[in-house]
Amino acid sequence: MDLIIILQAGVASGTVLLFATIGELLTERSGVLNLGVEGMMLIGAMSAFSTAVATGNPWLGLLVAMIAAGLVSQIHAYISIHLQADQVVSGLALTFLATGISLVLGEGLSKAGTIALLPNFSIPLLERIPLLGPIFFTKQSIMVYIGYLLTPLTWYYINHTRPGLHLRAVGENPAAVDSQGINVRGLRYLYVFVGGMLAGLGGATISLAVAPGWFSELTTGGQGWIAVGLVIFAQWNPLRAAFGAYAFGALRRLILDIQGPMMILGLRNPFYYNPYWGFFLQMLPYAFTMIVLVIGSREAVRKRLGSPAALGLPYVRGERGG
Amino acid sequence: MTESTKSPVPPRKWGLPFTVRLEKRLVQPPRWYPVMISFGAIVVALILGGVIMALAGANPFASYAHIARASFGSWGVFSDTIVKATPLILVGLACSVAFRMRLWNIGAEGQFYLGVFGASAIVLLPVLPADTSPWIFIPVMMVAGMVAGAVWGLIPGFLKARFNVNEIISTLMMNYIAVAWNNYFIFAVWSYGGFQMSEMFPKTAWLPRISDLAEQIPALRGLTSHLGLIFGLVAAAVVWFIVYRSRWGYEIRLIGDNPQNARYAGINIARNTILVMMLSGALAGLAGMSEVTGVVHRLQERVSPGYGFTGIIIAWLAKLNPLAVIIVSILFGALILAGREIQPSGIPKMIQGIILVCLIASDFLLHYQVRIERSPEEA
Repeated sequence: MDLIIILQAGVASGTVLLFATIGELLTERSGVLNLGVEGMMLIGAMSAFSTAVATGNPWLGLLVAMIAAGLVSQIHAYISIHLQADQVVSGLALTFLATGISLVLGEGLSKAGTIALLPNFSIPLLERIPLLGPIFFTKQSIMVYIGYLLTPLTWYYINHTRPGLHLRAVGENPAAVDSQGINVRGLRYLYVFVGGMLAGLGGATISLAVAPGWFSELTTGGQGWIAVGLVIFAQWNPLRAAFGAYAFGALRRLILDIQGPMMILGLRNPFYYNPYWGFFLQMLPYAFTMIVLVIGSREAVRKRLGSPAALGLPYVRGERGG
Repeated sequence: MTESTKSPVPPRKWGLPFTVRLEKRLVQPPRWYPVMISFGAIVVALILGGVIMALAGANPFASYAHIARASFGSWGVFSDTIVKATPLILVGLACSVAFRMRLWNIGAEGQFYLGVFGASAIVLLPVLPADTSPWIFIPVMMVAGMVAGAVWGLIPGFLKARFNVNEIISTLMMNYIAVAWNNYFIFAVWSYGGFQMSEMFPKTAWLPRISDLAEQIPALRGLTSHLGLIFGLVAAAVVWFIVYRSRWGYEIRLIGDNPQNARYAGINIARNTILVMMLSGALAGLAGMSEVTGVVHRLQERVSPGYGFTGIIIAWLAKLNPLAVIIVSILFGALILAGREIQPSGIPKMIQGIILVCLIASDFLLHYQVRIERSPEEA
């Protein structure tokens, strides 16, 4: 059990969470809560894999995954923005629907065999940095590198660009944005779509790069829900989201690997001698999500931070509280 | 919200000689109206589901005919439908009582699994010897299942009340933890002969079935409906009484409708959050107990094919009314029973999802009315 290898693989599996978390973060920043992340990730994973199987081209799979998940997200957008329904129930419904659709359309995909995956490569020069090089820049999937770019770009976009300012304003005070002549509903549709695309990208990252294949609901195994939890932990800040995503990725990887060796740090490895303790290890990511939520909520109270003020509220022109 | 007759959605013009206008309802629609809307939503959902099935290469007409035949075709299969509906009634009640307070307990699935565990522990630890009378065995297992489920509801309830932790995420995480918890006992502690299941429970720990009477009345042979149905019906009556006729239920409804007002009225929201989560968990736990002692008769994996999640849809379709939960549960019991043999296997789940989506979309028609008006002639 080599710590470098665990962290290296942890970064890769954290990239899945990163895409989904950043996507949900953008959606929530615009004032829409979309609990359909898990379902949209499954749609992405399924459509990416089946496209790659059918065409032999993983890039096309990536594209189809983003479009498919983005389109599915628009169901939630329409129900919550135009029909002004409860966003919690609508998001849950989206997860049920998208899970069901991906199970129906993904039937038989698990026997598809091997396919061409997205490429892995090392970054010259950067890979020679001691410690960081082997973890972050050696033989990683291209999706991992895209994740490195996405995080700072999203941060810059939200905090230092004009469209980013509109995004924040739509989530905090839609009435003021509306009075400036900006299309509140249009922007919300857009960011729900972006969130869906990124969730689909996360799903595609699983099925085409990190853990290739289609294993029905187990493909995501609740990562979409962990992503929703990470957004709260991240206080809607993309940099904290990235930290949380990579930490969770490393934890997931550690749980897989810790049961392998007979000795750890010169001690008898209890998880090797009691393989059934693995079930308790399996609980850890979910238990940690709850701990992380407690930390996030306490911090929010202390620093008077909070969710976007209009999160979960439909905007109706001329009505209070919108 | 201010009442306004202004259209929330600007009138649409598609070059047609009339405009479609949406107006906020000012008067309550008649009582039959929400029922009709829900019914219409289900019909639309089934049509959409058929279209997707056809796209996926299945035959929607054959699938629906199969569902109807395989779940209502004879007394025998109807009894099986009731068996599937039994846990659904209880988890549907669990969800509806929590949703009434706008407490999003998505963890009925995990609470169900803990109910399975609690009831099994009485047999397998063992707490009671195998020759105990059913008159003692069954009540003790009921209490164990309900307590275990209530503990599983208490944890997210406490986190919500004390730290304001989002209960949607925490209850979901508890689902995954519950499955791993049960698996540890199935694989490691109570594994029977190396199989991934415990030994069979003694007959004294089985819930009585209708077919137990077949010796006296041969017509009842093969009917598998069990005592759990009575648990469900009694629980529905109790929950109805709590929500609509008790002081506690009044508080729950007040918090659900307007937490701000409830706080001003001096209602302790934190305490109610914990209590309602425990009640919800206990109902889901009872569902698990009823399933393991009435149907499965041993601790094993996958006792629930997602009952806890179906309960969410049932609660919503029943408009959180405990008595309507019973009827809706029978319909979904049919869907789950017949769905087992339909290929591809994801179809029942997908239909459930489509129904919930259509249902939420249709709620719009309860709050707004559609008016079609002739456009004024363009000058």
